[in-house]
Amino acid sequence: MGVEGIGARVTRKEDKRFLTGKGRYTDDMTAPGMRYAYFVRSPHAHAKIRSIDVSAAKAMSGVIDVLDGRQLLADGIGNLICGWMIHSKDGSPMKMGAWRPLAADTVRYVGDAIAIVVADTLGEARDAAEAVVIDYDVLPAVTEAVDALKAGAPQIHPESSDNLIFDWQIGEPDATDQAIAAAAHVTEIEIHNNRLSPNPMEPRATLGIYDGAEDHYTCYTTSQNPHVARLVMSAFYNVAPENKLRVIAPDVGGGFGSKIYIYPEEIVCLWASKKTGVPVKWTSDRTEAFLTDAHGRDHVSKVKMAFDADHRITALKVDTIANLGAYMSLFSSAVPTYLYATLLSGQYAIPAIHANVRTVYTNTVPVDAYRGAGRPEATYLLERTMETAARELGISPAELRRKNFIRTFPYQTPVIMNYDAGDYEASLNAAMQAADWAGFEARKATSEANGKKRGIGMSCYIEACGIAPSAAVGSLGAGVGLWESAEVRVNAVGTIEVLTGSHSHGQGHETTFAQLVAGRLGVPIDSINIVHGDTDKVQMGMGTYGSRSGAVGMSAVVKALDKVEAKAKKIAAHLMEADEQDIVIENGELKVAGTDKALPWFQVALASYTAHNLPAGMEPGLKETAFYDPANFTFPAGCYIAEVEIDPDTGETDIIQFVAADDFGNIINPMIVEGQVHGGIAQGIGQALLESVHYDANGQLLTASFMDYAMPRADDLPSFNLSHQNTPCPSNPLGIKGCGEAGAIGSPPALMNAITDAIGNNGLTMPATPMKVWQALHAAH
Amino acid sequence: MTKVTLTVNGRTVSGECEDRTLLVHFIREKLSLTGTHVGCDTTQCGACVVHMDGHSVKSCSILAVQASGSTITTIEGLAGQGELHPVQAAFKEHHGLQCGFCTPGMVMTAVDMINREGGSLTEEKVRAGLEGNICRCTGYHNIVKAILAADAEMAGGRQAAE
Amino acid sequence: MYATSYHRASSVEDAVKTKATHDEGKYLSGGMTLIATMKQRLAAPSDLIDLRHIPALRGIKVEGRKVTIGAATPHADVAASRELKAVCPALCQLAGHIGDPHVRHMGTIGGSIANNDPAADYPAGLLGLGATIVTDRRSLVADEFFIGLFETALEEGEMVTAVTFDAPEKAGYAKFNNPASRFAMTGVFVAKTAGGVRVAVTGAGSDGVFRQAGMEQALAGNWSADAIANVAVDASKLMSDLHANAEYRANLVKVMAKRAVVSAC
Repeated sequence: MGVEGIGARVTRKEDKRFLTGKGRYTDDMTAPGMRYAYFVRSPHAHAKIRSIDVSAAKAMSGVIDVLDGRQLLADGIGNLICGWMIHSKDGSPMKMGAWRPLAADTVRYVGDAIAIVVADTLGEARDAAEAVVIDYDVLPAVTEAVDALKAGAPQIHPESSDNLIFDWQIGEPDATDQAIAAAAHVTEIEIHNNRLSPNPMEPRATLGIYDGAEDHYTCYTTSQNPHVARLVMSAFYNVAPENKLRVIAPDVGGGFGSKIYIYPEEIVCLWASKKTGVPVKWTSDRTEAFLTDAHGRDHVSKVKMAFDADHRITALKVDTIANLGAYMSLFSSAVPTYLYATLLSGQYAIPAIHANVRTVYTNTVPVDAYRGAGRPEATYLLERTMETAARELGISPAELRRKNFIRTFPYQTPVIMNYDAGDYEASLNAAMQAADWAGFEARKATSEANGKKRGIGMSCYIEACGIAPSAAVGSLGAGVGLWESAEVRVNAVGTIEVLTGSHSHGQGHETTFAQLVAGRLGVPIDSINIVHGDTDKVQMGMGTYGSRSGAVGMSAVVKALDKVEAKAKKIAAHLMEADEQDIVIENGELKVAGTDKALPWFQVALASYTAHNLPAGMEPGLKETAFYDPANFTFPAGCYIAEVEIDPDTGETDIIQFVAADDFGNIINPMIVEGQVHGGIAQGIGQALLESVHYDANGQLLTASFMDYAMPRADDLPSFNLSHQNTPCPSNPLGIKGCGEAGAIGSPPALMNAITDAIGNNGLTMPATPMKVWQALHAAH
Repeated sequence: MTKVTLTVNGRTVSGECEDRTLLVHFIREKLSLTGTHVGCDTTQCGACVVHMDGHSVKSCSILAVQASGSTITTIEGLAGQGELHPVQAAFKEHHGLQCGFCTPGMVMTAVDMINREGGSLTEEKVRAGLEGNICRCTGYHNIVKAILAADAEMAGGRQAAE
Repeated sequence: MYATSYHRASSVEDAVKTKATHDEGKYLSGGMTLIATMKQRLAAPSDLIDLRHIPALRGIKVEGRKVTIGAATPHADVAASRELKAVCPALCQLAGHIGDPHVRHMGTIGGSIANNDPAADYPAGLLGLGATIVTDRRSLVADEFFIGLFETALEEGEMVTAVTFDAPEKAGYAKFNNPASRFAMTGVFVAKTAGGVRVAVTGAGSDGVFRQAGMEQALAGNWSADAIANVAVDASKLMSDLHANAEYRANLVKVMAKRAVVSAC
C-alpha cells in the first residue's frame, strides 16, 4: 500500500472544481442559439386525450414551436421500453404496455408528458405551456397495486386486461409448503416497503443539439450510463444511428438509480432540436422530479418463515405484489425479481425457499431501481421477519441469527445465488461490540427513568453487487450484457489517461481509479486522468449502478493495465537488453530485477511513441483496451445496529447511535467507502423514519415537493459508527465487493426493529413518523 | 426589462433582466457563475445559497431587481484564484462532498455559520445550522466534521492574529 | 413566475401611494413566502412594492417594558436582539427557529403576519403576547388582526409598519416541526401578561392561529405544566393532513403547551 495506491485515504482529485463552483453540470451547459423547453404534462392520473390545441400557445411571445405526440409518432420516434424480459410462471411473456415519449391518446399518470414548448426564455415557455388546450375524457384511476389487481379496477393498458404485468416465481413451492407444514414454529408477517422518490439534489436536465450540416445530434444529459442511453435512443427510439448521436453526461449531481433510465425528455429534446433548428435545453424543477423521476420500492408481501424445534429455519415462503407504476421503466422488471427474490436467503442457510411475485400497473410514476433496488426490499422483509421470529420464539435476535448463519463457502442458495465468501458472525460480533449491546438494558432503564422508551435493533444484510456476468443475466432475460470496458492510454511523456465506461456522479472514480493506476505503476496520482461520460471519447461501456464500478469497472482497468504493463516490459527489456521476465515495475521505473538497471516510466512511454528502437514487429504506442465480464456477482454483507429513544408524548424518534459493520472485500479508498456508507445509511434512515410517496385516491401526488416529502436533514441524523471486517472477493482481480448501496439496504430494518422493540408494537410500518409511532404506542396500550 | 447592478465577488456588474428574474438565474445566466445551483422550488434545499451584504440568503427566492445595489459573494468568489478558503479546504480534507451539487450552498452556509458563531460551534449547533441545506449523498456526517474542523482552524487563526 | 413589475419604495408614504395606483399589486417584504408562491404561479401580482429599503420600517426599540419592532425587521435581527432578549427572550427564541438561517436573514415580521400562514410562528407569538399591530392608518390588537387561514384584518392597500407589545412577566414557545417542511405542525406560545395569561396555538387550527381558553384559565390559577394536563383540546377544530391528523395535533397542542410553560422565562 503506497501513499496514493490501493488502500490509501487519498483526498479526492475532483473536489477542487466542485468546491470552487467550477463543476460543470448539464444545466450549466449552453449552446449558441439555445432555447428553453417546458413540458405540458397531464394533470390527470388517467384520461383519454380528445384533442390538443396548440395554436394559442404557438402565437405567444417568444415561442419557437409547440410540438406534441402526433408529430413525434409521425416522425417515427419509438416507444420507451423495458430492457429485461420476464416470463410469468405459465410461460407467457411480460405484458409491456406502450409508453410514448409524448402521450398522444391516453395519459396514465399525473405528469405524463404530452407536448413540448420551446421558447426564448423559460418563463415564456411556461407561459405558453399554460395556453395549450387539451380536452380530456377523465377515467377512473388506481394507485395501489393491491387495488389494481381487484376485479373491476380501471384497466390501464390494453395489453393487460387485469393490470397484471407478470406472475413470476422462483424456488421450490412444494418443498417449501411441506417444510412449513412440518414446522415446529411458523412466523407470519405482512411487510410493506414504502414507495420512495430518489431525489438526487441535481434535478434531471438535458440539452439536445442538432447539427443539420452533419445530420448529427449531441445530447448533454444527467445520466449514470451515457453509452446505454445512446444505445437505447438509437436502437429502440430511432432518434439517430449511434454514429450520429453523441451522448455526454458531464458532472452529474447524484443519481441513486434514477438517472439510469432514458426518459421521454432526452428523446423529445433531441427531436425538438431538429424540428425547431435550435438547441433545446430542459431542466426539471423539483416538483417535476417528484412527478416524473422513477420511484423506488413499493412492495406489499406476505411472509411465512418456518423453524424446527432447534430454531433453525426450514423454509421461507414469500408472496409479493410490486407496483411498477403506469409504464414499465427500463429495468423495472428485474428489480422485484432477480435483484430481489434471489437475495431472500439472506445470510442464512434456508433449505427451501419459494417466492411468488406479481407486478402490477397503476396510475403512478413508473417504479424502477433506487439505491439497492430489490435488495433493500429483500433485506427488510427478511430482517423484520427474523426479528419477529426471535420475539415469538423468546430468544435473542443475535442468537437466532447465529444459529442460522451460512458458515461455509461457496454456498449455493435455493434462489440462484452462489455466495463466494463472507464471515457474517465477524460483522455481527463487531457491531454488537461497537454498540455495547451488553450495556443496553442499563441504558434502557435510564431512559425509562426519564420517561422515554428505548429500543435496540439489528439487521444482518447481504446483497449482490458487481452486476453482472453477461451470459448469466442474458439467460435470465436481460437485454444487454453487464460487462465493463477500460482503455489505458499512456501518453508519450508518461502521463496516463484512463477511459472508463463507468460513470462517476459522486462516487469519486477520478480518485479511486487513479489510485489503482498509481499503485500499479508507482507514478504520481496527479499524472493520471480519468475520462468518462462522453460517448465520443470513451469506448462502449455500461455505466454505474448496482455498486458495480469497483468490482466490474476497475477490473476492466486492471485487465487493460495488465496489457500495458506487458508491452512496457517488452520495450524495457529490449532497451536494457534484459529478459522480459526479469522486468519489474516499481516506483515509476521499469527495473531489471536483481540489478541496478532501470528506466523511468516516461522513457519507456516515449520510446513506444518514437518507435526508433522497438522489438522486432512491435506496433508503436502504449495504449490498451480491455473488456471485463464478471465471473460471478459479489456479495457484500454486514450487520447494522440502531439504538433509539422515543418520546412517548410526541412519538418522536431520536437515533442514539447507529453502528455499521460491513464486509466490502478489499477497499481502494477507505475515506470514500465510508462516505458511501454514510450516504446509504442516511437514505435508509430516510426510508425508515421520514420518506414516503403518497397519492390521493384520484392519483394526485400529495408529496410533490420538499414541503411534503420529508428529506433527511442534518439534525435528523446522528454521526455514524463504522467498521469493516473484510473477506476479499475471490471472483475479481481486486477482491472488491462494492459499497454503494449497503447503507440503504441494511439500515431500514435495523431502525424498525429498534423502534418496534422500544414501543412494543410490531405492526408499525415505514416511515415511522412521529404520528404513526405515537398512534402505535397508544394502540399497544 | 430592468437594469440590475450588483457588486459580485468584488466586481461591479450590471445587466438587463425581466423583473421576474430570480437572483440565482441572473447569477447563473447573465454572469455565467454557474457554481450557484437550483435544487428545489420551495426555498428548502439551499443549493442556491449566496451571501448578500454579508449574510447567507437563498438566491432562488430573491428577485434580481430586489438585490440590485447589494454586494453578493458566490462560491466562485470565496477564495482567490487557485486557492481554497479554509472551509473549502476542510470539505476536501474530510470528504464533505460527493456529487458536488449541494456543495456550494453548503460551503456558503458554513462560512456564514462560522462568521456568526465561530469558535463556539458544536455538532448540535452545526446540524441545526444546516437546517436549510439538503444533501442526498453524504448523510451529513463528513459535512459536520468538516465544518467543525474549519471552525477550529479559523478560531485558531483568529487567536494567533490577536 | 408570471411577469410582474418591481417598485422599490423609499418611504411608507411612497409605498402606499404606489400600491394605490396598482390594484393588482402586492407589498413585498422579505419575500420568503410571496416569491415562493409566485414561483409556483399560485400568486400573480401585477406589481411588487418592495419595503425592504424603507429605513423607518426596520429596527427593534425597547423602552422600559414597551417593545416596538419595525415591520421590515428580519427574523435574524429579532432572534439576536440583546435588548429584546432582556425583556422577552421567548420571542427571540421563536424568531430564531423560523425557517432556516437563510430565510431568517430575509424574512420579516411584518411579512409573516400579513401573510398569516396557519403554520407560521409569529402569529402565535403576537397573539400570545397580546401585541398591537400598527399599520399605515391604524392600530389593531392581535385578536382582531388574525382572522383566518391566510386572512387578516388588513384592508386593501393597508400596510403593517410595526408591532408593539408590553413585555410579559413570563413567556415561552414550543413547537413541533412538520418533518418535511419544518413549519410548525403545532406551536404554542404561552405568556403571563399584565392582561392575564394568554395561550396561542399555531400550525394546528383549521382556521389558523387561535387562543386556547381552557389552558389560559387553568394557567391563570396555577402557572405550571400540571395545570393543563386535564384541559380538553377539541380536535374537531384542528387540521388533518398527511403528516398529522387532528387527534395527533390535539395531543401536540397539549404537549407543546406544557413544554412552553416549562421553558417560560
